Amino acid sequence: MAATQTTLAHDVREEPHLVGDLAIWLVILAELLTFGILFLAYAFTRARHVALFNESQRTLDLHSGVVNTLLLISGSWCVARAVQAVRGDDSTQGVRWLIGSLLCGSGFVLMKVTEFAAKLHAGIDLSTNDFYMLYFMLTAFHFLHVVAGMVILAILLVRTGQGAYGRHDCHSLETGAAFWHMVDLLWIVLFPLVYVMR
Amino acid sequence: MLNNKINRIWLALVVATLITFSLGESGLSGRAGIAPVLLMFALAYGKGMLVILDFMELRHAPALWRRLMVGWLTLVLVAIVLAYWLGSRW
Repeated sequence: MAATQTTLAHDVREEPHLVGDLAIWLVILAELLTFGILFLAYAFTRARHVALFNESQRTLDLHSGVVNTLLLISGSWCVARAVQAVRGDDSTQGVRWLIGSLLCGSGFVLMKVTEFAAKLHAGIDLSTNDFYMLYFMLTAFHFLHVVAGMVILAILLVRTGQGAYGRHDCHSLETGAAFWHMVDLLWIVLFPLVYVMR
Repeated sequence: MLNNKINRIWLALVVATLITFSLGESGLSGRAGIAPVLLMFALAYGKGMLVILDFMELRHAPALWRRLMVGWLTLVLVAIVLAYWLGSRW
């Protein structure tokens, strides 16, 4: 593996192009639209119930929120490193990085499940108030996408281990990577919006 | 390690996240008006741009796609900050 690699092994002489399958980009746009609407619903509902939102937000754990952010960022880092390795025909390293991304995703899932369980155990759910309705809708819907992303990465991990991808063809890996980065991107907005902004 | 662009991006994302965390942890957000909120979403914008342009590699994509993604990020964050400001006045 080139120690002085400073790019994503992208050939800059090529024409501009989307990495991965076009279909996933249409999916990504649809997801961004959906979550965008949910983000705005949260923000503008909060604007009409500031005191309620501030008070209810206190029950959220900022520490677990930031750890989750770091886990998703690191998961994206691992995926990007995996793609870089495989483009350099190093599937062995690619596998290791994909394992890393799944570990990060697992950490996120574990913490989220714990977070939801704690809320439900305390008698808090979607119907408790407007804050919790939007909090659960946003974070649970996002959680499903993390799980879906992990399933995709797991499949790609197996295929990479079988040597299916390399400099000649990284298409499927890039497609899955794009979806995972979207999941990270969504949380980058969600974290300050729900956990920090008061 | 930092001669790999991907590693530098990860580091920048982590630092931006920790700054946002400190805004919340210190209680500054909620006590200092709109400034902490502007900062945390400026950071979110920076983080989002790194993920969009470099991790998702839209830097090398056709302009339309890059504009759609960056446009989404801009629109959503501006609307969030607007909503926050409105909330502070209603």
